[in-house]
Amino acid sequence: MMRLVVVLAVLMGVSGIPDVTISPPTASADTSAHPNSIPETADESEQIKARTEEGAEEDVMATGELNPNHYPARRAAQVVQHYLNTRYGSPFRLIGVQTVHSGNAEDVADSGRKYQLELSVNDIITNTTQTCSAELFFPKGKGQQPPEVKASLEELLKIDIKAQEEALYQKYKTNQTLMSAQYLPDSHGHIEPDMKPFWHLGILASSFIMLNESTENTLYNVAQVANITQLTTEEDHLEFDCHTLLHEVVSQEIIHWKMLFTWSPAEGVKVVQMKRLPHRHEREKSPKTN
Amino acid sequence: MMRGLFVFAALLVAVFGKVTFEGHKVLRIVPKDEVQLSLIKDLEEMMEFELDFWRGVTTVSNPVDVRVPFHVLKSVKDYLETQNIDYSAMIEDLQMILDKEQKEMAAARVPQAKNTDSFDFANYHTLEEIYSFQDMLVAENPNFVSKIVIGQSYEGRPLNVLKFSTGGTNRPAIWIDTGIHSREWVTQASGLWFAKKIVTDYGTDPALTAILSQMDIFLEIATNPDGYAFTHSSNRMWRKTRKPNPGSSCVGVDPNRNWDAGFGEPGASSSPCSETYRGPSAHSESEVKSIVDFVKSHGNIKAFISIHSYSQMLISYIFFGLCQNDLTSLYGTKYTYGSIIDTIYQASGNTIDWTYEQGIKYSYTFELRDEGRYGFLLPASQIIPNAQETWLALMSIMDHTSKNPY
Repeated sequence: MMRLVVVLAVLMGVSGIPDVTISPPTASADTSAHPNSIPETADESEQIKARTEEGAEEDVMATGELNPNHYPARRAAQVVQHYLNTRYGSPFRLIGVQTVHSGNAEDVADSGRKYQLELSVNDIITNTTQTCSAELFFPKGKGQQPPEVKASLEELLKIDIKAQEEALYQKYKTNQTLMSAQYLPDSHGHIEPDMKPFWHLGILASSFIMLNESTENTLYNVAQVANITQLTTEEDHLEFDCHTLLHEVVSQEIIHWKMLFTWSPAEGVKVVQMKRLPHRHEREKSPKTN
Repeated sequence: MMRGLFVFAALLVAVFGKVTFEGHKVLRIVPKDEVQLSLIKDLEEMMEFELDFWRGVTTVSNPVDVRVPFHVLKSVKDYLETQNIDYSAMIEDLQMILDKEQKEMAAARVPQAKNTDSFDFANYHTLEEIYSFQDMLVAENPNFVSKIVIGQSYEGRPLNVLKFSTGGTNRPAIWIDTGIHSREWVTQASGLWFAKKIVTDYGTDPALTAILSQMDIFLEIATNPDGYAFTHSSNRMWRKTRKPNPGSSCVGVDPNRNWDAGFGEPGASSSPCSETYRGPSAHSESEVKSIVDFVKSHGNIKAFISIHSYSQMLISYIFFGLCQNDLTSLYGTKYTYGSIIDTIYQASGNTIDWTYEQGIKYSYTFELRDEGRYGFLLPASQIIPNAQETWLALMSIMDHTSKNPY
């Protein structure tokens, strides 16, 4: 029976309660990157334990040099991808793992497991690649503690996206009607070209969740941005309400999350509020077609 | 646009659920302050009103859209007016809009292909279109292609297998299935392309012609037709079969955990609500049992390839006859080769575990494009390139199998 997981964060209203920012641990003080952020969780977040049965067999973790083609390295690399997107992602910059070249894993006393990876990552939009070294730490212990990642990008950040970001920002800041889009992509994998930045924004906001939820036993992708709706705001950013479907490969589950997030060229993505929606479990009375 | 989608959803409920929305209005409510926001939230809690929130409560001055059934309209309006909450009617009568949309949809329906030459392989198709394609292919190639119905799905749909044969009696054979997991749409789409490819290349391509002089090919395109129909009508992300589970509100069994090979061992779930639910017993699903019965009674299947998406992987115990470059050579698409437990995760009760244990040495699981960017929702424009690169690997396997009889 799937347990309802609700992660409530500090509610942001137009009244302007200051947001609590937790920056992911960074290796270098990269001042060119804006601090994409998520708020402090008010309640304890509980990870979906869909794989408790299977988890037992996977407890014997790969240690030492990792086969770059096998799942332990692949899962760790995916976590790096999510981290890089939370840190450097933009409607015009989306990072993907291209190749894992090598990896290493070791136990750290009783506190967790540490990984080192050498990988190539790719700016999906411009199809530009760079190599990247990453360090990850998966903490052990009760409850879902997010992994800690150290990784940075230099080459890919040199691609200038400022003009595109400004144009998008201005267009939707001054729009007469608030934008709203559903099913990005649709059932056939189609996305209208002018909706692609919003697909990317949905993926970026989801990356905070995917990063938070990741363990050595998960592999997350965004299956679909079901809905992204612009909200009115007086602040110097765009604000969105968003419903995305995450695909967790190891359990094969589709997990629904709702988010409230903001974006501006200056601030990047800030997730204000996030909530996991209960498992649909045959609530097929309202069919979801796209 | 948002409204359009919800109207469409309501239309489907109306059409499939035979529900009427006569007199239902969709109201747009705009809360002016936190107090009003809270009052509207209270409205959400009032279950007796049977309100259907199309756009839920977010923050002050952001609209809330709600479908209000006719019989509670006055009560809801009274509530809003007493609290001085602004609202307007976005849709005056939902049923009228649904009737209009239904007429428009009927008019817009794309005409079906009249033969397999005019069939659009670069697009995704409905189950009916797949069945129609199969019948057309058989009709166009009566001495080469036949259709075998190996069983029925839970909901009574035919489980069709196309047999490609140049003669002989019970020749050694190759089995290919697509769509066992219904949401993996690129696989059924590829299956259609493979079927056409076989009839096109037979007689023109020496390698395939040679294979078919020794062996038969069996191809099951819609291996989980109930699930596939469901991905069109209700939930694009549906994976399993559609068989209800007694004592549970959750439907379906994972057909790739239901095989009698390591059944009950870790690597599958015992929970009906799980996407990897193994089922009450091995081969409990007719979709699986039908293949089991077919393979056993045929007795001469020599290669078995089960096609999935996504991940870009080739999974097997041994990679006879397969060159690492096969899948990459055409478009540069990278595939990973390995055993399932190494490449993805532990999984028990798999198709190829069972076929391998039956003695079918060349048992493979393919995971097609992509690596997660689009995932299950692969753009239709990638169907043919994906099918073409996959075909090269299939040809290698079939070629090796026919040259190395056992």
